[in-house]
Amino acid sequence: MANVISDETIEYVGILAKLELSDEEKENAKKDMADMLDYIDKLGELDTKGIEPMSHLFSTGNVMREDVVTNGDGSEDTLCNAPERHDSAFSVPKTVE
Amino acid sequence: MDLLDMTAAELAAGIKSGSTSAVEAMEAVIARIKKSEAELNCYVTFDEESARAAAAKAQSDIEAGRLSGPLAGVPVAIKDNMCTKGVLTTCSSRILNNFVPAFSAEAVRNLEKAGAVMIGKTNMDEFAMGSTTETSAYGVTRNPWNTEHVPGGSSGGSAAAVAAKECFFALGSDTGGSIRQPASYCGVVGMKPTYGTVSRYGLIAYGSSLDQIGPLCKDVTDCAVIMEAIASHDSKDSTSMNRSDTDFTSALNDDVKGMKIGIPATYFGDGLDGEVKNAVMKAVGVLKDKGALVEEFELGLVDYAIPAYYTIAAAEASSNLERFDGVKYGYRAPDYEGLHDMYKKTRSEGFGAEVKRRIMLGSFVLSSGYYDAYYLKALRVKALIKKAFDDAFAKYDVIIGPVAPTTAPRLGESLSDPIKMYLGDIYTISLNLAGLPGISVPCGIDSRGLPVGMQIIGDCFKEKNIIRAAYAYEKARGRFPDAGERMAD
Repeated sequence: MANVISDETIEYVGILAKLELSDEEKENAKKDMADMLDYIDKLGELDTKGIEPMSHLFSTGNVMREDVVTNGDGSEDTLCNAPERHDSAFSVPKTVE
Repeated sequence: MDLLDMTAAELAAGIKSGSTSAVEAMEAVIARIKKSEAELNCYVTFDEESARAAAAKAQSDIEAGRLSGPLAGVPVAIKDNMCTKGVLTTCSSRILNNFVPAFSAEAVRNLEKAGAVMIGKTNMDEFAMGSTTETSAYGVTRNPWNTEHVPGGSSGGSAAAVAAKECFFALGSDTGGSIRQPASYCGVVGMKPTYGTVSRYGLIAYGSSLDQIGPLCKDVTDCAVIMEAIASHDSKDSTSMNRSDTDFTSALNDDVKGMKIGIPATYFGDGLDGEVKNAVMKAVGVLKDKGALVEEFELGLVDYAIPAYYTIAAAEASSNLERFDGVKYGYRAPDYEGLHDMYKKTRSEGFGAEVKRRIMLGSFVLSSGYYDAYYLKALRVKALIKKAFDDAFAKYDVIIGPVAPTTAPRLGESLSDPIKMYLGDIYTISLNLAGLPGISVPCGIDSRGLPVGMQIIGDCFKEKNIIRAAYAYEKARGRFPDAGERMAD
């Protein structure tokens, strides 16, 4: 049941996770992930046929509200935390040529 | 009586009666912090002048009759994953090294309404991922009982600050044991309420279906008082429960005659340190002597809780931590080529190793082709674990076991082997999966001089049962020793 994580898988997961790993980090990640999956595979011992996946413990249903602003305009406080801003907008690297 | 020896409830009463003041209490805390903080590092953010100013304002509000809550004037420390308006909130991560929230967490607001005065923000494992407070980007916190040992985690700064009297009480958060385990390692009381009892609004999310805020404090009375203050229904948290039974101090009653206590045999088997086992069983004996009915039973599926938990927690973490991208707040990498590269470099430079490990695992178990086999499988096992507890609570009022398999490990012993570290969560983790409340109460000191905690577990919404059992035990036990004479004046 030993899992082996390929270079391709680590590349792919790195893309999904938006992480750029060094070669050393990649090797560690391959080992860590394989070890964890070996461990998680223990769940396969349990027969869960017919058991509904439990996302929510208490079925309270969806919580709805009117689409009305109640907390005022916090845009300046919010923008204060931006690494870069331009007037009243977040500034990001150019995305369209 | 030395001011710092008072519990939060005693201090609040003293301030109310005028025998002491919020200012005196804060000065005592500041003096203690100056004395021990260089060695312990409980706080990420502590600003002496703002703490002093907040205490002065609270005292004048109390004197003017504007502030009269149950914790009026009591200095509190807040774990650094709870947003505090205008005060740096880092989650002990480099990626939030400059984040100043524009709002406060609902639990923090509730404490302010109750009159508590914030001292500062406590250290933690980065994004609450860890069991030792060693994954913080801002240095390790040391255990006040023995500074060669960890305080536990992830709320290690909060637990150590209470034990070292660098605060009168603290808030922590518990995703897999992160309040109860450091409370146990530091010889203080810590409680994780039923999921949904305390609003998660403003708590920086790790595993949203598992996270709960709760108190770390000096005794069970404080725990009930603080719980009463922070529990609330909050429309800003869609998983917040609307409860009418949050008068937790009404459970401060030491009558446990006829209370049915279940002892899960599997919690006392292989892997449990002998001294921890003896201390917990001795404490159970105290409750038995007081008339509780104690019975051993088989709790199923214990070995499956950790793999289910780490699958679900990693999945939720990978999703929750997508928001840290260098655009809206926090750290942004200085050098990059284009937007995508900026995201990747920001995250790779901003997150530490344990956080990356969990994001990678979470991204994998949620990825196409593996989602059913890992993530949905774990959610099915979670349903089975919940059922096992439902069956147990059909027979028992509370379940009692250890909090952790050992007392606090030495610094540097845990991080090299992640799975070994995760195994230390075996007794705490299933409560988060099943939404159950649990409390850690100090019940002994091992031969190395480190405290042992007993965990009392209740059914969902039955905090009062565990408060009653904990209070009864604590009253019979008497005052627990302080974290060593070395902290004394």
